[in-house]
Amino acid sequence: MVDIRIPIGLMFTIIGVIISVMGLVTNSDAEMYQKSLGINVNLFMGALMLVFGLIMLFFALRKKKT
Amino acid sequence: MRLELHWIDYLIMIIYFLFVLGIGWFLRKFMKNANAFLEAGRSMPAWVAGLAFISTNLGALEVMGMTGSGMKYGMLTTHFYWIGAIPAMIFLALFMMPFYYGSKARSVPEFLKLRYDEKTRGLNAILFALMTVLASGISMYALAILMENVLGWDFNLSLWISALIVLGYTYLGGLSSAIYNEVLQFFIIVIGLLPLVFLSLKDVGGWFGLKEKLEPVAAANNYAADTFTTTWKYAGEASSNPLGVEWFGILFGLGFVLSFGYWCTNFLIVQRAFAAESKAAARKVPLIGALPKMFIPFLIIVPGIIALVLFNGHNPDFRAGFPVDAAGKPIYDYTIIMLLKQYLPAGVLGLGITALLASFMSGMAGNVSAFNTVWTYDIYQSYIRPRTGNEEADGKHYLKVGRVATVAVILLSIASAYIASKFGNIMDFLQTIFSMINAPLFAVIFLGMFWKRTTGHAAFTGLLAGFLLALLHHGLTVPEGATTLVKGGWIAQLHTYPVEMAQNFWTAIIAFTVSTSFTVGLTFMTKQQKSDTDLKGLVYSLTPRELDDSHLPWFERPVGLAILVGVISIILTIIFW
Repeated sequence: MVDIRIPIGLMFTIIGVIISVMGLVTNSDAEMYQKSLGINVNLFMGALMLVFGLIMLFFALRKKKT
Repeated sequence: MRLELHWIDYLIMIIYFLFVLGIGWFLRKFMKNANAFLEAGRSMPAWVAGLAFISTNLGALEVMGMTGSGMKYGMLTTHFYWIGAIPAMIFLALFMMPFYYGSKARSVPEFLKLRYDEKTRGLNAILFALMTVLASGISMYALAILMENVLGWDFNLSLWISALIVLGYTYLGGLSSAIYNEVLQFFIIVIGLLPLVFLSLKDVGGWFGLKEKLEPVAAANNYAADTFTTTWKYAGEASSNPLGVEWFGILFGLGFVLSFGYWCTNFLIVQRAFAAESKAAARKVPLIGALPKMFIPFLIIVPGIIALVLFNGHNPDFRAGFPVDAAGKPIYDYTIIMLLKQYLPAGVLGLGITALLASFMSGMAGNVSAFNTVWTYDIYQSYIRPRTGNEEADGKHYLKVGRVATVAVILLSIASAYIASKFGNIMDFLQTIFSMINAPLFAVIFLGMFWKRTTGHAAFTGLLAGFLLALLHHGLTVPEGATTLVKGGWIAQLHTYPVEMAQNFWTAIIAFTVSTSFTVGLTFMTKQQKSDTDLKGLVYSLTPRELDDSHLPWFERPVGLAILVGVISIILTIIFW
């Protein structure tokens, strides 16, 4: 019917990029990251989501070819 | 306690909304008949149905409730997982799924009809439909009030918007859309709450730092120093742990009666396994769901326990902002959102709020799709307009009925959310009452599957008697310090339980025991109306053995997966003993 990995992969890739960019732009904003104990949690989570999204897409598209 | 959101946070939410609606929109063209809409055409791969299975369970009330319980009871809350879910999920997969799936029943009430008779099905279908509407109304109310108080969102607006989005994707794509979205929601919930776990643990100095900081909190409440970070160690006596229940109540009440009643017979959950593509896939569904289920405590209970540390001195600001009741006790439902507010900066905060919304939607869509199926097949098709014999016309007709039911159930849930906001006590009371139907249902289905003699009259009486006696027990006992009759004792107060949880466990134990005795007793007094051929595929002893799957690798066999799940959960139990 539809491979659910495609929408999941797309969504996490898009949100991952947005959050990573947010993390890069605000990297020097110490006040903002005081909440998260000085960790730029946006950069971390953004990268994680991006990787997760791409893995999902990779498996979904790889299967399609065969 | 107000929390301001950045536009990025809203952007993430909007992207999520677009994706869930988009999935529904994409699936709409596959919805050609009732079978596709209400049963997802029985075409789901095991892993998709398995993640949907656990996602439906991970509704807003579960996320809010279990984080709150973590703050209230500490690690003892994990009893709802390692003992209160895993054994039942394994049992469902190995022993019950072959009969559920093999019977071709489209719903749990329909299974009752096939195994027993019409009246047993009718009773169950009607109670289930009522319970579903109520449950989705209550969770809608709980979420909307949280969003209003913390984010300042208008109560009506968040109620209607979230309901309309669920309506949108379930109306378009039916059960398939609900299931696909539940998989997406599962990942959003896990990833959205992940930063919370790491940051909160880091803040208190890791697991060992947490243990140490909880010692004075436990001492102040007259518990042993490590009460909040252990599970079974202080379960010997009810008074030595915050749950207020001793090992027997946990093992039999929660681990057996309550959990088997919920996981093995609640159509909301098992419908996901019914939608699997084959019997072998259906048997794997609960086990694939059990794999993440075992680790969900680390995602939602551990941050709840950390909230207890923050509240008790570690972080005065956290305490000052935390909503409390008239007696100064924290209102536990707010735990999750107060933690999000505490640790997450703009960006991941939007993700965290989206995770909460996703949990709400997965639970609500579960209610909607289960209601639709039961309404269309077990009530409408059975009592209002039976099949005509023209399969194609029927398929189209019942599809239309299913779609109308989707709109109706969502409007009814909204109505029930408003009733909950006006008469919260009545709704709590109704929910308590409905919680009493699962335990007798498990007794009856279990006996039906494993004892071919069990008769329809006996099952019907057993269901009713278990329910009524549980009600009577609730009417005669109260938890200590209860201020309203909603908590029990509305007939007379014969017995007082130390905590509400103990009362719940015992109500369930009584419902189950009474129901079993009545069903067994009456079976001997009534005549079996069904022949052995009628019962083939429905009863263990009359069903041919499974196809041989020994050529598959162990991880593709239900038994292999079950052993894996069982061993991991035993290891977790020992580590956190």
